[in-house]
Amino acid sequence: MKLLRILGLIGCLLLIAGCGANTVTRGSTVNTSGGDDTAGDGFTGMEDSVIDTESEYAYFSKDYFDYEIGDRVFFALNESALSDVAKEILMDQADWLQRNPDTTITIEGHADERGTREYNLALGARRSEAVRTFLLQQGVGAVRMSTVSYGKERPFAACSDETCWSKNRRVVTLIEETAGS
Amino acid sequence: MHLALRVVSLLAIISFLGGQGLAQSRSDGPLQIEINEGIIQLFPIAAPQFIAESAGTTKQAKDITDLILSNLERTGLFRIVPESSHIGKITNFDSPVQFSDWKAINVDVLLTGAVAHGEDGNLVVKIRLHDVFAESSLGQGVLYRGTESNWRRLAHKISDVVYSRITGEGGYFDTRIAFISELGTKTNRTKRLTIMDYDGANVRFLTDGTSLVLAPRFSPEGDELIYTSYRTGKPSVFRLNLRNGRETRVLDTPDMTFSPRFSPDGKKVMFSRTTRGNTDIYETNLATSEASRITRNRAIDTAPTYSPDGRSIAFESDRSGSTQIYTMNLRGGNVSRISFGDGTYGTPVWSPRGDYIAFTKQVGNIFHIGVMLADGTEERLLSRSFLDEGPTWAPNGRVLLFFREEPGERGGPSLYSVDVTGRNLTKLDTPNFASDPTWSPLR
Repeated sequence: MKLLRILGLIGCLLLIAGCGANTVTRGSTVNTSGGDDTAGDGFTGMEDSVIDTESEYAYFSKDYFDYEIGDRVFFALNESALSDVAKEILMDQADWLQRNPDTTITIEGHADERGTREYNLALGARRSEAVRTFLLQQGVGAVRMSTVSYGKERPFAACSDETCWSKNRRVVTLIEETAGS
Repeated sequence: MHLALRVVSLLAIISFLGGQGLAQSRSDGPLQIEINEGIIQLFPIAAPQFIAESAGTTKQAKDITDLILSNLERTGLFRIVPESSHIGKITNFDSPVQFSDWKAINVDVLLTGAVAHGEDGNLVVKIRLHDVFAESSLGQGVLYRGTESNWRRLAHKISDVVYSRITGEGGYFDTRIAFISELGTKTNRTKRLTIMDYDGANVRFLTDGTSLVLAPRFSPEGDELIYTSYRTGKPSVFRLNLRNGRETRVLDTPDMTFSPRFSPDGKKVMFSRTTRGNTDIYETNLATSEASRITRNRAIDTAPTYSPDGRSIAFESDRSGSTQIYTMNLRGGNVSRISFGDGTYGTPVWSPRGDYIAFTKQVGNIFHIGVMLADGTEERLLSRSFLDEGPTWAPNGRVLLFFREEPGERGGPSLYSVDVTGRNLTKLDTPNFASDPTWSPLR
């Protein structure tokens, strides 16, 4: 996700006029040259520009984590292996968590409605553990993370076909507490 | 007992041959159940409205008679010969029965009864069963006494006697069903532990819906429920004493615990416990709270169920790569896979008779409830839908309850019953969506 945004920004750098017009209409400051801490979030440079022009949320906010990085990763049917896309999102999550050391998270594992209640509880636990292990490897402290499985009890999407099932086979990283919030 | 024996052998035939075409010869007399192309010739029974022997019991007599007939009809084994076609009238409980009147309308068994108020004000119900063709009583007369408010239980107890004398099997009418009531949208369901009588009467909510609750199971005495609750934030096994309402946690651990079941003696509980994402089966002694690990495997091992003799366990595991049913001994040894058909198999539940194991089976996008013998042979599917799950046995091992979930955003679960033969699929009435049924023992 972040990689895509950075690639997008490089595209902007090559076609400054078009991008600038675009971002201005969103009401953001354009600062493609970097250098100033325009967002006031303690960061400067390229990354600051990315945040400022592409996100409506402050980097440290829970909203940024939930919507810009993405609070969830998805799984194939009956699987708990992390896809490449999932790993990228989790690396960004880990990055954010490293920079927000006072947050704790609950890692919620979910399954789609196909399968028995018991199996899905166990499968959700497997998935949340896969995410926990990955975040641990990325340097997120074990004491900051807890896991819970909801099995098929808390679907995100309600329809009964693959378009919804694929959204329900997920692990959601829930930010529990942020210092100063 | 001539009658009972004949019907028993017929029930055995029904259970082994399922819905396949079968015709019994009529040579052994008129008392028989015939199966033809899956259709059973129902057993004709008549029960004229019970006699009100004391003033002010007419309504009770009618209600009790109606409920008994409704119970028998719901079994799918009996044909109730309606009062409008009766020739003979029963006006006195103790007068001899004119059997010819009942033979003439092809009634096999006649049930007569009387209701009175006892000296203490309680209801007293007497019944007698008559074998019409043998022109004799079927067992002794039976007398039940109970408070007015308990008239339904009196009717259920009588139904159990009638069913059991005619079929030779135990009854299942004076029982309760615990289940999960579900309210709200599919993405935000409130779940409440709920209990009702077998026939849907006396619904009572046992939890308030603030915590998610799942999959209750009755204790062997029927006085406790064990289930999974999110009360602590994580799935944990709790037990609830139905007499005093006390709820206690079974194992104090930060790990997730779920899918509990009582041992047949009620002293132990087997359940799943998840450590670092790995789910294995554990058993805990309720007196000492000591937990011992039964399976040790990187696969998902869950849904354990004891055999009624308490010596074997059936459970589900995905150790082969897909979810299948296995049996093992109490120490986790002698593991053997018993399901080998298409698709995946889960939630095994051992019949109280010890013969069958019921299960949930998924083939592609279709779910079934089925039964197989404990060695995995004689697999038979009893239902088929978008999502059928979670079988539980009637105390006599002849009938199963499960839940069926309708697909879609507005879909939800309902309870269904089905005979072990696959006949008589019936939806149960519940106030809300209902899932995860567990059937109590006889009270």
